[in-house]
Amino acid sequence: MGIELLVVALLVFMLIAALVAVETSDLLSAVISIGAAGFALSAIDLLVGAPDLAITQLVFEVIALVLLLCVVLTRRDTSVTQPRDALRTGVALLACGVVLVIVFFAVGGTDGRGALPPFGDPVLNHGPGAVVSPGVSAEYLARGARETGAANAVMAVLLDYRAYDTLGEATIIFVSILGAYAILRRVGRRAAARKEEAAP
Amino acid sequence: MKHAGMTSIVQNTTRLVAGFIAVFAVYIALTGHLSPGGGFAGGVILAAAAALVLLAFGGRRTQAVLSEGTCHVVDAAGALGFVAIALGGLGAGVFFANFLPLGELHRFASGGTIALANLAILVKVGAGLVGVLLALAVYGTARYVAAERARGESPDPFLEI
Repeated sequence: MGIELLVVALLVFMLIAALVAVETSDLLSAVISIGAAGFALSAIDLLVGAPDLAITQLVFEVIALVLLLCVVLTRRDTSVTQPRDALRTGVALLACGVVLVIVFFAVGGTDGRGALPPFGDPVLNHGPGAVVSPGVSAEYLARGARETGAANAVMAVLLDYRAYDTLGEATIIFVSILGAYAILRRVGRRAAARKEEAAP
Repeated sequence: MKHAGMTSIVQNTTRLVAGFIAVFAVYIALTGHLSPGGGFAGGVILAAAAALVLLAFGGRRTQAVLSEGTCHVVDAAGALGFVAIALGGLGAGVFFANFLPLGELHRFASGGTIALANLAILVKVGAGLVGVLLALAVYGTARYVAAERARGESPDPFLEI
């Protein structure tokens, strides 16, 4: 129960940080708010027992924060002159309230009668339709170390049982990096070709 | 002569620390099968070391040591390495089968292909992110300095990299 309260408090903090990031007129504050939301997320990862994820999230958050800060400081465009109207903020807050109410009813308390399984008892513990018990998650824990030889169960799942998913993940990173290279190319291929044509 | 990067305090601290961060990244990746971490986390930490060097010494000096092109080749090599491990599994029966001896639990030499896959992902993610950081740094500052010049202002010497 204590962890649940902490997670909820951090989630509320993340919501507030995200709202500040959207609504503030100062770009620097917006960037710092996004960073705060990200660090809160890595704290949640730690609390619910996912240190592997927390490490990656934390370091990546630092890099993203540094990059965004560099952009903001380089642009020197620190303020949006147009004032925010109260109506937009009100609508945003109302939307947040509606989402919170929907989530509350979807979770339906912690006794598992809602659409979501109770906290700390994920769907993978039970298998599809909660018929099979124990589910695939318990099987991973029981047989992972013996079948893969990896003491870290996360790696046993990530790089042995579900390695095919990890290949997809790596492909996504590879393609997005290709896209970044294509956009950041300093001289376009056509411009370079034209230059070559003009040179001789 | 324009000053590149940050002050010598930051530069010397970076000289001391950056190597340790890079070694830590490799450690996190190679012991992924024993403790929390793994190739993705290690790669991001490696990119953090590169970001530190970039900020301290400036893009141009960093590029003289390590170019985006090199990063791109290493990135592709890491991706190919990961696929090669998967194909090695295919040779042993199933795509991604753990075809190496599993070893003794809690020892470094355990987990079969998992440590190798972590190494490939470290190379892939690390080189990819470092390359993008380099490209971003050089592209962004080049555009900014050119724009400042066009407006007849002298750009911040800190950004002249």
